[in-house]
Amino acid sequence: MAPPPGLRAFWVISGICLALLMILPLVPLAVWSVADGWRFPAILPQVWSADAWRYTLSPASGVLASLWSTTLIALSATALSALIGIPAGRALGLHRFRGKAAVELVILAPLVVPAIAVALGLHAVFLRLGLTGTTIGVVLVHLIPALPYMTLVMAAVFANHDTAYEDQARSLGAGRLAIFRLVTLPAVLPGILAGAAFTFLVSWSQYALTLLIGSGKVVTLPLLLFSFASSGRNDIAGAIGVIYVLPGIILLALTLGRINGRNVALPRGGLT
Amino acid sequence: MAAKTDPPAGPSSGGGRALFLLAPALIVIGVLFGGGLVAGAWQSLAPLLPGARLSLDAYRAILGDPGFPGALGFSLYIALTATMLSAVMATAVALLLRQTFPGRRLISFLVQVNLTIPHAVGAIGILYLLSQSGTLSRLAHGAGLLDRPAQFPELVYDRHAIGIILHYMWKEVPFITLILLSQMQTIGQDYAAAARSLGAGRWQCFRHVTLPLIAPALAAASAIVFAFCFGAYEVPLLLGPNSPAALPVLAYRVSVDADLATRPQAMAMAMVIAALSAALVLIALRAARRAMGRA
Repeated sequence: MAPPPGLRAFWVISGICLALLMILPLVPLAVWSVADGWRFPAILPQVWSADAWRYTLSPASGVLASLWSTTLIALSATALSALIGIPAGRALGLHRFRGKAAVELVILAPLVVPAIAVALGLHAVFLRLGLTGTTIGVVLVHLIPALPYMTLVMAAVFANHDTAYEDQARSLGAGRLAIFRLVTLPAVLPGILAGAAFTFLVSWSQYALTLLIGSGKVVTLPLLLFSFASSGRNDIAGAIGVIYVLPGIILLALTLGRINGRNVALPRGGLT
Repeated sequence: MAAKTDPPAGPSSGGGRALFLLAPALIVIGVLFGGGLVAGAWQSLAPLLPGARLSLDAYRAILGDPGFPGALGFSLYIALTATMLSAVMATAVALLLRQTFPGRRLISFLVQVNLTIPHAVGAIGILYLLSQSGTLSRLAHGAGLLDRPAQFPELVYDRHAIGIILHYMWKEVPFITLILLSQMQTIGQDYAAAARSLGAGRWQCFRHVTLPLIAPALAAASAIVFAFCFGAYEVPLLLGPNSPAALPVLAYRVSVDADLATRPQAMAMAMVIAALSAALVLIALRAARRAMGRA
């Protein structure tokens, strides 16, 4: 049934409004990064300048060092999550066993219980173990949201994985390693890559966990962002903000074609 | 969420092999997540002071202090309002994105981009947009609606948490929308098409066919959003008023207080945050599962 033309126009207009709302909060941030003095009531900056970018990209600001440590932490958390989460996801996606509902609940729990409630208690333990203020401590605490996320994405990937090809390969005499390398891996690799990309973003977006366990010594990008924003350097905060959102947009563009609606591999920037 | 449908029996359906594959994940989650909760609970009961015994004093203390009920109420208000508004908006957006019209692909992409943006960036963007000297206020000035920044309504640092709620809607409408879209794709168009061919109007079709089918996914997604909005730290830190503080902000503030005697109170607040979020999500998931059983 073709929609009446009035309704179609309404859809288009709503769509445009929606698109504008989605980018609206990012616009002032991006404009601030190229502004030098932008006082009320000027709608656009009185003076445009690349100073904020020059400072942000200079060693003095610490942004590049922070970019590196944010990346290192997110890559480590993702690698560990993949190593542990892929087998676990396979078990959840393909096997039926007693107590499965309970296991799923345990793995889901860290995604719904606010991480700060857990990290406040963990802080004293990490302090005693000498893990507070260290990159390793921060990676470990990032595993709390990252590992369950990776596991659930992989469970969805394996739930749609047909093991018949593995059985065929086995009946044709292939060994375990050959089956994994030649049959299983190519089939689930797109799912693994999408899961890893979004797990990276989960770690990349953490603020409160890093602040608590890193004790201010592990300075990731959001910590710098907040410190410049709260000291009134809107221009530098704007530049850091632009740098900070880029990996997410790039990873989304790279993985977009690989996700189908059934694998709910949602990129969750900062969420749980 | 994990596979909701029962998967077919795998290569070896033995629980032993499954447990072997799951063990590392369960150990890591048990130690870090479970350990964190147990450590928090222990610290809420056992003050660090010498000679102190296990007691519920910290819980009694926070209940007696006006700061805690205020913060709890504030956080519940924020989470409830943001979740309900986001759920309604997301349903409308999901219905919109199911239609075919020019520009739909670009809009879908923007909705997904929004999900990748860290809360910290979004919150600062909202601050620069909505503060009294922010972009909207300047546009209002340009339109001749006001002369001074103070005439612009207080949308951030305000007691009604308008900025916080708008930020959450900005982030969570896309999240719920994508869950709903994935659910709608699973359901397919058949039921709706049948209802329409039997003479149901668009609204009737939505109200009696589509909505009941997506309700379980909507409830589950909303519960996750509620728990997040209730327990998030950086958004109310940046956009909220000093008093009342959101509960996670207050808990963090008390935990870093120089006075070590208040540490158990921070842990007690952390336990309240964890218990309330977990209880709500469990209730919502159970309701969603029951609704799914009926559907």
